[in-house]
Amino acid sequence: MTPHPAPPPAGQAPPVLRVAGLHVRFRMRGGRHVEAVTDAAFELGSGSCLALVGESGCGKSVLASALLGLLPGNAETAGSALLADGLDLLAADERTLARTVRGRRVGLVPQSPAAHLTPVRTVRSQLQETVRELLAPKGGKARLRAAGESAAARAAFPADHLDHHPHELSGGLAQRAATALALVGDAPLLLADEPTTGLDRDLVDRTVDELRAHTRDAGRALLMITHDLAAARRVADTVAVMYAGRIVEIAPADAFFGAPGPRHPYARGLLDALPERAFTPIPGAPPELGDLPPGCAFAARCALADATCRAVRPPLTEGVACHRA
Amino acid sequence: MLELQGITAGYDPRRPVVRDAHLALRPGEALGLVGPSGCGKSTLARVAALLHRPDRGTVVLGGRTVTGFRHRAPRSLRTEVGVVFQQPRLSADPRLRLRDLIAEPLRATGRRRGAQEAVAEPAERVGLGPDLLARRPHEVSDGQLQRACLARALVLRPRWLVCDEMTAMLDASTTAALVAVVEEYRRETGAGLLAVGHDPVLLGRWCDRTVHWGDIADS
Repeated sequence: MTPHPAPPPAGQAPPVLRVAGLHVRFRMRGGRHVEAVTDAAFELGSGSCLALVGESGCGKSVLASALLGLLPGNAETAGSALLADGLDLLAADERTLARTVRGRRVGLVPQSPAAHLTPVRTVRSQLQETVRELLAPKGGKARLRAAGESAAARAAFPADHLDHHPHELSGGLAQRAATALALVGDAPLLLADEPTTGLDRDLVDRTVDELRAHTRDAGRALLMITHDLAAARRVADTVAVMYAGRIVEIAPADAFFGAPGPRHPYARGLLDALPERAFTPIPGAPPELGDLPPGCAFAARCALADATCRAVRPPLTEGVACHRA
Repeated sequence: MLELQGITAGYDPRRPVVRDAHLALRPGEALGLVGPSGCGKSTLARVAALLHRPDRGTVVLGGRTVTGFRHRAPRSLRTEVGVVFQQPRLSADPRLRLRDLIAEPLRATGRRRGAQEAVAEPAERVGLGPDLLARRPHEVSDGQLQRACLARALVLRPRWLVCDEMTAMLDASTTAALVAVVEEYRRETGAGLLAVGHDPVLLGRWCDRTVHWGDIADS
């Protein structure tokens, strides 16, 4: 196991993750570029949760892949993503990432766990493999078996289902199995990529409550990527809204979902689209990431937009990137 | 009327997924069916869409009992029901351009001639422009692909729509947009709707009435 960072001086805990100026772009055929993530910056402290929300194709999952070094070969990154111990996830080589980061310092709770688990092996065998790799417990098979069972128990995965294969699990249990795998290495940072897609409301609530408990009570940090605003509201301390590859608003969850509410017109539109609110869609469609307008990417859909919005890209100042906020 | 009477259905006759389900949908009515994951509501939706033969029970469509099931009902009946599934990636042929994807029901029913013109109307309705229509599924987002799948369901101008978790993969704005498209179509044509899902807030807002799985089927 990687040693935990030395305890920081009182009141000065370094953030578990500090992302600054993160850019990701993909080289395409014909010398074109697609700007998938532009200038993302946020900090994530121990015991806290940041929900990254936005519609599909806005770059949220690319950001997560960048943090784990899982981008395809045609991706170029810039900026930094520092863990508390000073390791820059964007600069680390594959060997470092594979041996000391994935599973050990950053745990991933994947989208669609049923597809993430190995279909031909039981949950027990997958947990034991992960325990063996990450913790290398001393002692024989019995020890390993016990360690696997306690890993399952931590994610509230029922022991009598350990010998099932993934296809025999319900959506909720498959999610817990995947969470159990992510927790084995006791990583200080958990990354959850759409962990609730396709689950019903009760399961969503239970899943995010469990993630919340693994975060707050255990002093971890959680970066949750989701398009489910209800789940984000339930779990997050901070909400970051992404649009066309940029973080356009970052705000405390209470203020965002309650009063005074979101400040960016796109974020307001997203909330107004909820069935429990106005249930009205935002007009139009998001721009292509390969063909972004010079000004604000949301201007074409925004009722407040003026000539400045169309010409000048607004910087993120005081938590919102909008000329009119 | 679209009526399901005493439907028992599943994939293994010894272990049916749906037992003795009853559902009646009046013309032009929007009915929401709410149930937890894995309760069998998608299977019932497939029966209602005439895509799955029930082991027992009858489906009555417009006063006519549906007969002649093989695995599915005869095509002449199935064209009266438009279906949208949960996962657009799994319900779209990855090789087809969106334009051809939307035209597929026309082609399958021998209406290839004039298909391009017929595609224009539903495509515009769901907000897909010529640029997107020329792309293949891997070049568009989930939301855009689901828009195409909805256009495909509308292209034959069905009298009934079955939406099985149509919006589960989508963000709030796209959800509201697609629901608005369905409702606009229903206002114009008087089509009936069976919307299946697990979100009572959404279905309550969308539909005239909602029923819970436990009230219509044995569990």
